[in-house]
Amino acid sequence: MKSNEKVLLRGSEAIGEAALRAGCQCYFGYPITPQNELPEYMARRMGELPGRTFVQSESELAAINMVYGASATGARVMTSSSSPGVSLMQEGISYLAACEFPSVIVNIIRGGPGLGNIAPAQSDYFQATRGGGHGDYRCIVLAPGFLQESVDLTYRAFDLADEYRIPVLILGDGMMGQMMEPVVLPAFREDLPKKEWAITGAGKGKSRFIRSLLLDVHVEESHNWKLYRKYQRIERREPRSDSYAVEDAELVVVAYGTAARIAKGAVRRLRARGVKVGLFRPITLWPFPAKALAGLAESVGRFLVFEMSMGQLVEDVKLALNGKAEVELYGRPGGVVVTPVELSRILSRRYNAMRHEA
Amino acid sequence: MKGMKKIIGRPKYLKDVPNHYCPGCGHSTIHRLLAEVIEELDIRDRAICIPPCGCAVLAYDYIDIDMVEAAHGRGTAVATGMKRCLPDRVVFTYQGDGDLAAIGTAELIHSANRGESITTIFVNNGVYGMTGGQMAPTTVVGQKTTTTPKGRNPGVDGPPMKMCEFLAPLDGTVFLARSTVHSPKQIKQTKKYIRQAFESQLRDEGFSMVEILSQCPSNWKLSPVECCGWIEEGMIPQFPLGVYKQRQTEPS
Repeated sequence: MKSNEKVLLRGSEAIGEAALRAGCQCYFGYPITPQNELPEYMARRMGELPGRTFVQSESELAAINMVYGASATGARVMTSSSSPGVSLMQEGISYLAACEFPSVIVNIIRGGPGLGNIAPAQSDYFQATRGGGHGDYRCIVLAPGFLQESVDLTYRAFDLADEYRIPVLILGDGMMGQMMEPVVLPAFREDLPKKEWAITGAGKGKSRFIRSLLLDVHVEESHNWKLYRKYQRIERREPRSDSYAVEDAELVVVAYGTAARIAKGAVRRLRARGVKVGLFRPITLWPFPAKALAGLAESVGRFLVFEMSMGQLVEDVKLALNGKAEVELYGRPGGVVVTPVELSRILSRRYNAMRHEA
Repeated sequence: MKGMKKIIGRPKYLKDVPNHYCPGCGHSTIHRLLAEVIEELDIRDRAICIPPCGCAVLAYDYIDIDMVEAAHGRGTAVATGMKRCLPDRVVFTYQGDGDLAAIGTAELIHSANRGESITTIFVNNGVYGMTGGQMAPTTVVGQKTTTTPKGRNPGVDGPPMKMCEFLAPLDGTVFLARSTVHSPKQIKQTKKYIRQAFESQLRDEGFSMVEILSQCPSNWKLSPVECCGWIEEGMIPQFPLGVYKQRQTEPS
C-alpha cells in the first residue's frame, strides 16, 4: 500500500497499518471479539516487515506485561483488546503509568458489564478516562470518529506516548473496527526518537533501574507531583475536539466516536428542516476538551449528551460547563446502536420542548 | 601481604552496601552468586534483571546491573517483552515461590513453553516472606504458616507445587535444576547451575530455570542454623535436588 494515496481499509486494518507506519516494533495481544481482525492483521503484516515482533500471549495480563517489558527497552509497542480484556490489563496499565513507559493500547469496546456482548458500546469511558487501575494516574484517551481519523490518531498516539512517556488509549467499537472507508496512509517513520532512559543493559556505564516501588512516602509524593504536573501540561496542550453546525445552534449534541457519527446524521437531517441543532465532538476524551465546550456555552444554552453508555460522558460535560448551560443525557447502554433517524426524533422532541419552555 | 594470595573478596558487581535481608536469609548468598557469575562470564554490560514483588524487590540496590521491576507474578512476561527487543542481552527474572508458582504460574509456563531465551532464578523458601509468612504454593505438607496454623493439609490446601518437575516436559525448557544455599557444597553447586543457565541463554537455546531452596529464618521462626536443618529434613525430601533437564548443544 502506497503512502499518500487513497485506499479502502477496514477499521481494524487502518489502526494496524497506521501503527506499523508510526514505527510500532512490537505487538502483543490475546484474542477477544470484536477486535480479532487487528491482531490477525498485525501477525500477517509484521511477518512481512523487517524488525517487528508479534507474540500471541497467554492472557491480557501477560500481553500488557510484555508491552511493559518491550517499552522498557525503548521500543514502540502496542496491544489491543476489548472491554473484558482491557479490564484484565488495568494492573499493567497502572505500572506503565507509574514507570512512565510509553505504550499504545487499543480498546474496541463491547457491551457490558461482565461478559456482556460484542455489540458497539462506549461503556468503558470511566475506566479509560479515570485511570482505570489503582493509584493516581491518567492515560491519554483518543476517540476517532471516522477511519481517516483512526489512522491519524493512531499515528499520533505513538508520538504522544513517547513525548509524555505515558500510556495512550485508543477507543473504538465493533462498528469502527468493521466498517470500511477510504483512507490516506502516512509514510513509514524512520526517525524514531532516541530514549536515553531506556533499560538496555548497563554497557560500560552506571547500572540503572526503573521501578514503581517507592517506600518512602515523600519520594512517592514527589513522584505523584511529577506525574500530576505532566498531566496538567497535557491538559493545557493536548485537548482536541471538532464541531459541526454549532454557529447558530440552540441545542448542541455532545458525542464521540460511533455516537458522534450517528449524531452527525441526526443533526444533518434536522438542519435540513431548519432545526437549529449542532454537534460537539470530543476527539481527546482525556484530556477532555473542556475549554472548547465551555466556550460554546457562551452562545448555546442547552446541551444533550448522547453516549452509548449510561451517564459517563455526561459527567465530564457537566464538569466542563460547570452550570453555565443546561445538560441532559440520552444514553443507550448495552450495545444498542440507534439510527440517525431515531436520534433525530429524540432531538426534535427536546428541541421543541425547549422552545416551548422559552 | 607478601606471599599471600587473595582468594575471596566482594564480587565486583555486588554493591558495597549493607543489605536489608534478615540474618540467615538465603537471598544475600544468591545475590552474591549472581554477581560472581556475571563477573566471570563478563556479561555485566548486557545483563538485565527483573526483580520480583517480595523481599528481593530491592535487588537493584545490591547487584550492579540494569533492572526493571515487574508486577507480582509477571516477571517472565516482562522478560519476554525485553528479550524479544534485545535478543543479545542476558535477561533473567528473580522470583519467589508465590510470585512464580501461584500468581505468575501462567506467565511462567507459557514463557517456558515458547522457549523464550530467558533465565529464571527461582528462590523457593516455602513461605510468603515479605507479607509475613503465609502459606506458599511450595509450603510442604504439615508445615505451619500464618494461614495454615495447624500445618498444610493437602486435602484442603493441595500438596506443594514442584516446579522443575512441572516444567521439564515442556519442549521450550532447556535447563532446569534444583539446589540449595544451606551448605558450602550446595552453594558451589548453585553457582554452577546459575552459570550453566546463563551459558545456555548465551547460546540462545531456550528457557532455563534454577530453583534454589532457601532459608527464611524470620518466617520459619527458626535460628539460621536450625533453618539449614529444616532444608535438609523438611524440604529436600519433598524437593529432590539435581538437574531436571539439560539440552546442551556444545559451543562451536
